[in-house]
Amino acid sequence: MKSNQQITGAQALIKGLELENVDVMFGLPGGCILPAYDPLIKSSIRHILVRHEQGAGHMAEGYAHVTGRPGVAMVTSGPAATNLVTPLCDAFMDSIPMVAITGQVPTSAIGTDAFQECDTVGITRSITKHNELVMSADDLPMAIRQAFHIATTGRPGPVLIDVPKDVLQNMMDWHWPTDDEVIDSLPGYKPTTKGHPRMIKEAAKLILESKQPILYVGGGVLKARAADALRELAELTQIPVVTTLMARGAFPDNHPLCLGMPGMHGNATAVTALQKADLLIALGSRFDDRVTGKVSAFAPGAKIIHVDIDPAEQGKVRKPDVPIVGDCRLVIEEMIIAIRDLLAGTMVQEDISAWRSRVNGWKENFPLAYEPSAPGAALKPQYCLEKLRDASPDGTILVSGVGQHQMWSSQYWHFNEPYTWVNSGGLGTMGFSVPAAIGAKVGRPDKTVWAIDGDGCFQMTAQELITASVEQIPIKVGILNNSNLGMVRQWQEMFYDNRYSQVHFSETVPDYIKWAEAMGCVGIRVDSPEEVESAIEKANSINDRPVVVEFRVEPTEQVFPMVAAGKGNDEIMLQPSQEKRREFLR
Amino acid sequence: MTGNNPHGTASNHHVLSVLVQNRPGVLARVASLFARRGYNIFSLAVAPTEQEDYSRITIVVDLESATLEQMVKQLFKLVDVVRISELDPRNSVERELMVATVRSTPEQRGQIVELTNIFEGKILGVGPEALSVSLDGSPEKLNDFSELLRQYGIIESQRTGRVALPKLDRIARVRAVKETKGKAN
Repeated sequence: MKSNQQITGAQALIKGLELENVDVMFGLPGGCILPAYDPLIKSSIRHILVRHEQGAGHMAEGYAHVTGRPGVAMVTSGPAATNLVTPLCDAFMDSIPMVAITGQVPTSAIGTDAFQECDTVGITRSITKHNELVMSADDLPMAIRQAFHIATTGRPGPVLIDVPKDVLQNMMDWHWPTDDEVIDSLPGYKPTTKGHPRMIKEAAKLILESKQPILYVGGGVLKARAADALRELAELTQIPVVTTLMARGAFPDNHPLCLGMPGMHGNATAVTALQKADLLIALGSRFDDRVTGKVSAFAPGAKIIHVDIDPAEQGKVRKPDVPIVGDCRLVIEEMIIAIRDLLAGTMVQEDISAWRSRVNGWKENFPLAYEPSAPGAALKPQYCLEKLRDASPDGTILVSGVGQHQMWSSQYWHFNEPYTWVNSGGLGTMGFSVPAAIGAKVGRPDKTVWAIDGDGCFQMTAQELITASVEQIPIKVGILNNSNLGMVRQWQEMFYDNRYSQVHFSETVPDYIKWAEAMGCVGIRVDSPEEVESAIEKANSINDRPVVVEFRVEPTEQVFPMVAAGKGNDEIMLQPSQEKRREFLR
Repeated sequence: MTGNNPHGTASNHHVLSVLVQNRPGVLARVASLFARRGYNIFSLAVAPTEQEDYSRITIVVDLESATLEQMVKQLFKLVDVVRISELDPRNSVERELMVATVRSTPEQRGQIVELTNIFEGKILGVGPEALSVSLDGSPEKLNDFSELLRQYGIIESQRTGRVALPKLDRIARVRAVKETKGKAN
């Protein structure tokens, strides 16, 4: 599409974003990106002005998590670009589609150590799916189209476009590349989406022949919008499902086949089911070390069917018996057809009822558990989460930071719908939740969005609540305040003989209520179990501004179960009251 | 002679011919991927191909086969990488260029010139106490030559790293790791 219309690079950039159906972007202007902020004044795109560029990145991620559409962040050069490094890496690790636009010093100044110059493309090379320094205004439309194409197809991920100031200022002939031109410009980029029919048939056979199968579901199922297909596969075969930290909600927690989360802080049933299985059907999961524990001791008797859109995940950690490269939704749908075909022929599915009853026995014996607070003693964080879960509307989106509160959130919430859980899985970015919750609420204004945060995380990015207040994005934040870096404290208690080093914050500062109020939020403090329900009710009733609820919780509480780092999953540490029943975990 | 010779063809050496889009930063992308994932590059040669939009990188890597497979997959994820072939030395033509400055007394000069002629190398320069020579050929030939020069004393030497293509009559038999993307199964 060519025209003789002459516009600036900046106008082309904004026009390109509009044509890519960007409805909202998160950013903060500065020197080199200034030209792009002028045409934004008249654009249909809503721009959310953040307080720190890291916030822009996490907001874009939160938006992408819940909508499936790429989140867009735009910031200036130098320190703004380096402030985006953490969210870019976070998005890369968790395969979140995101497009970042950074300003750069003028082309004539590149390489001179100019003011606010940094090698953005060099710095972000290993933490983006792709990045590009655009050296001419004429190249901008293609760079934008490529960025969105690459970010959203195949294994999704962040793409960065670095744009020098003069490229934004220069005039260019407006043109918008066609789909074919985009594809032709990327001869090295052809993601495989359709699984190999022979492999799928082989997988179907293996599934029907196995006696102790488990569906090991990862975040790829959510990326592929495959939750419905997964449910059909599970119900057709009656195979139990575990959902990893990145896949919570991909299969409903209230479904009888759902075993919940496996891994370092997974429940005993999910962890053990993987260990004892004779077949793991890994769907969009990557055998992360937090799931496998010691790899050589992981699921020792299991054959592996591994479905992943990224060929490099096949055999990276565990060699699959049946590797299938493809989009999870397409592959699962084909797998269902293949299974039905086999069943319509002579094949009969192995009887897995003994396996299912064994798994259900674990479920009964090893539910998630904690010791309730003694009368007058401090609040338990798990209790707060249970009350919040029960009092919040269906489909509430839960966003967490990283640490103990994240594990409790994943454990105690009931994720019955996909795209209701947003967290930082791979990178483990403290401070993720407040900005990510803002992005999630912008993407899904119809939903209640709760950020569950620790006090350590909250202090890293809390200033974005000012953004939320000013932009009228009424998120709710529950701080599980234990005045400690709780997870680090837990490790020092368990693995460093109670030698606490630099984990204690302060019981008195900051005053979270005053801080919340200073940022334009409602602040509510909760000290005792009796206050929990009324505080949640009040928070859920406020929709004209953000709310911060500070739950002052027991600092010594630990997350159970736990598989210590480097240990095999069979060495799972159970909740202390369940240790005496360990023998049932066979 | 492969054991302690740094230019030898050790059993873990694999020659990859990587076709990339000729774009700024592509070499940096390839190099940083190797660094990031801890893969060892033994030698590397890069230049544009007959089509100016593409460059060919010949990389010799020092890896176990299992790691090689993972490395190739990671390399393929780079958007600029179009094709990767592993070249079997028996079915490919390989060339490398070496220049060396060798210590040489006037008495030794004749021996070194003779040696260079036997190997079909070239004398690039003559000084009172040194000679500069060049030689192109297979990596093994260069190894042999450099071994023989060593007794005179190599002051400086530089090799280009090998470049390689499939043998003309055996192109069809090149063991392509993956001929095109999207055929991973």
